[in-house]
Amino acid sequence: MPPTDASPAATRTALDVQDLSAWFGAQPAVRGVSVGFREREVAAIIGPSGCGKSTLLRCLNRMHETVPTARVEGRVLLFGTDVYADGISPIALRRHVGMVFQRPSPFPTMSIRDNVAAGLRVRGGGAPSRAETDRIVERALRRSALWDEVKDRLKASAIGLSGGQQQRLCIARALATEPAVLLLDEPTASLDPISTQKVEDLLYELRSEVTVVIVTHNMQQAARVSSSTAFMLAGELVEMAPTARLFTAPADARTEAYITGRFG
Amino acid sequence: MIVGPRPLEEPSSGLAARLASAGVGDRVYRVAITLFAACVPLLLLLIAAEIARAAWPALRTFGFGFLTSSAWDPVNGAFGAAPALYGTIVSSIVALVIATPLAIGVAIYLSEFAPGWLRQPVSFLVDLLAAIPSVVYGLWGIFVLIPLLRTHVVPFLKDTLHLGATPLFSGPNYGPSMLAAGVILAIMILPYISAVAREVLLAVPRSQREAALALGATRWETIWGAVLPYARSGIIGGVILGLGRALGETMAVTMVIGNTHEISSSLLSPGYTMASLIANQFSEATGDLHLSALMAIGFVLFVLTLVVNALARWLVWRVARSA
Ligand SMILES: Nc1ncnc2c1ncn2[C@@H]1O[C@H](COP(=O)(O)OP(=O)(O)OP(=O)(O)O)[C@@H](O)[C@H]1O
Ligand SMILES: [Mg+2]
Repeated sequence: MPPTDASPAATRTALDVQDLSAWFGAQPAVRGVSVGFREREVAAIIGPSGCGKSTLLRCLNRMHETVPTARVEGRVLLFGTDVYADGISPIALRRHVGMVFQRPSPFPTMSIRDNVAAGLRVRGGGAPSRAETDRIVERALRRSALWDEVKDRLKASAIGLSGGQQQRLCIARALATEPAVLLLDEPTASLDPISTQKVEDLLYELRSEVTVVIVTHNMQQAARVSSSTAFMLAGELVEMAPTARLFTAPADARTEAYITGRFG
Repeated sequence: MIVGPRPLEEPSSGLAARLASAGVGDRVYRVAITLFAACVPLLLLLIAAEIARAAWPALRTFGFGFLTSSAWDPVNGAFGAAPALYGTIVSSIVALVIATPLAIGVAIYLSEFAPGWLRQPVSFLVDLLAAIPSVVYGLWGIFVLIPLLRTHVVPFLKDTLHLGATPLFSGPNYGPSMLAAGVILAIMILPYISAVAREVLLAVPRSQREAALALGATRWETIWGAVLPYARSGIIGGVILGLGRALGETMAVTMVIGNTHEISSSLLSPGYTMASLIANQFSEATGDLHLSALMAIGFVLFVLTLVVNALARWLVWRVARSA
């Protein structure tokens, strides 16, 4: 599933979603969405509340199916492999496609260090050595711009951190396993402007290393961090375009209505 | 707030009166509710004082030796609590050792694995264990459990697992025993521990499970690594609740423990607990010292329960704080 050839793949599609539909019980939440997310780019998904952004995101790492009664149809190709094909383990998939949720969700009984290392311990091949773990933890914390704030209290409980620090900790936790794709569901919704700024800077730096898909309610944020943006409405994809174009010259009248604030 | 000085002056007297009148009702209510609330600790103190007063003659006669002496001789007036204290603690520990993993297992199954339609009926059946009268457990213990232990379990422990050489399972097993009491207690406290553990597990936020799953954890890793740690202080609370029940249980234990004033390292030997000692002898206590000795046993049991509960509080607090 991870990238196999080492070609300079700036234009490769990391995630190719084909005619994807998702339901909660009988109620559809995503309807026939087809969209591609290119490798090493930040893509944003915007749209009014309840339009299915989170559901679409959660279909990409097969988290949707962990909800009882949830159902998915269609294909999601991760570097060409259909993640919904028979024989693909959602457990293994999630180790390549990391996810960060809207509300910070550190493990409260674990130290900061153990939180970051949590994903390493569940990796089938056995946990890395202590020194190796320390190295990975430091790297992940540096990448999520948290290292300087926590390097002196790695053994302290994670819930002693502020909300913004907790969210960056969760990002570090997701990065520690070196996922090829990082999914973020409104990662800054509960954060103050300074923490938001830090997370956005982080996304900007990550774009050369991982493929990022971010759901956001904040159109300025989408404009700041993403190179392409998808607009969803009532479970359907209205359009996907380079961010600059979507916000200045949208192709669809509904997109224009939304970004100019006439509805949603 | 931008409020000019004028509005503050004029209506303030009316406002103050209104505030004051609301305050009177509030105060009456507060005094009444405080009185009611004070009754409960007062009752506790009263009971403790009464037991201590009745136990005083025995405590004064035997002093600290009451806790360490194994004598129980109503004829010569020599009394000691050691065997009953030992039996109470050991039978409760045996019960915890058996019941805790079972109860947590049941709770995990019910909260994480059981299909929706099975959850309610199974929870109900487990809870029903708590509704069976103690004396029925005792009868079951005499007619089913003790024969089962003697003919199957003890031979298995001794011959197959070769545990006969260890002090815990040495010596013969004639029937009533500490082990039988522990097993009965385990069954009796299981519903309490599992009910608390189940509720605590169900209360673990979905975000914790999702955080683990999103890292690529299997279902089992999610439970072991995220759900159980999150719930641990609540689960400890449930275990302590079960321990409290086990320490005080009387009827069923009396019927299967053998009621013998002896301290034996072997769980296969009969023993005594403080609760069953009081229940057995109270009606036929001969003489004031005997009666007072039983009261002293009650006092020790009371203190033991208090200490266990205080320890439990401390433990839960520690765990919750380190969380
Ligand atoms: N667990 C659930 N059970 C049933 N229906 C759900 C569940 N979660 C979401 N839905 C429904 O699915 C639809 C899409 O929800 P989704 O969470 O994907 O929206 P969203 O675009 O992320 O909204 P928001 O911006 O408010 O987060 C909504 O109509 C919602 O009511
Ligand atoms: Mg959402």
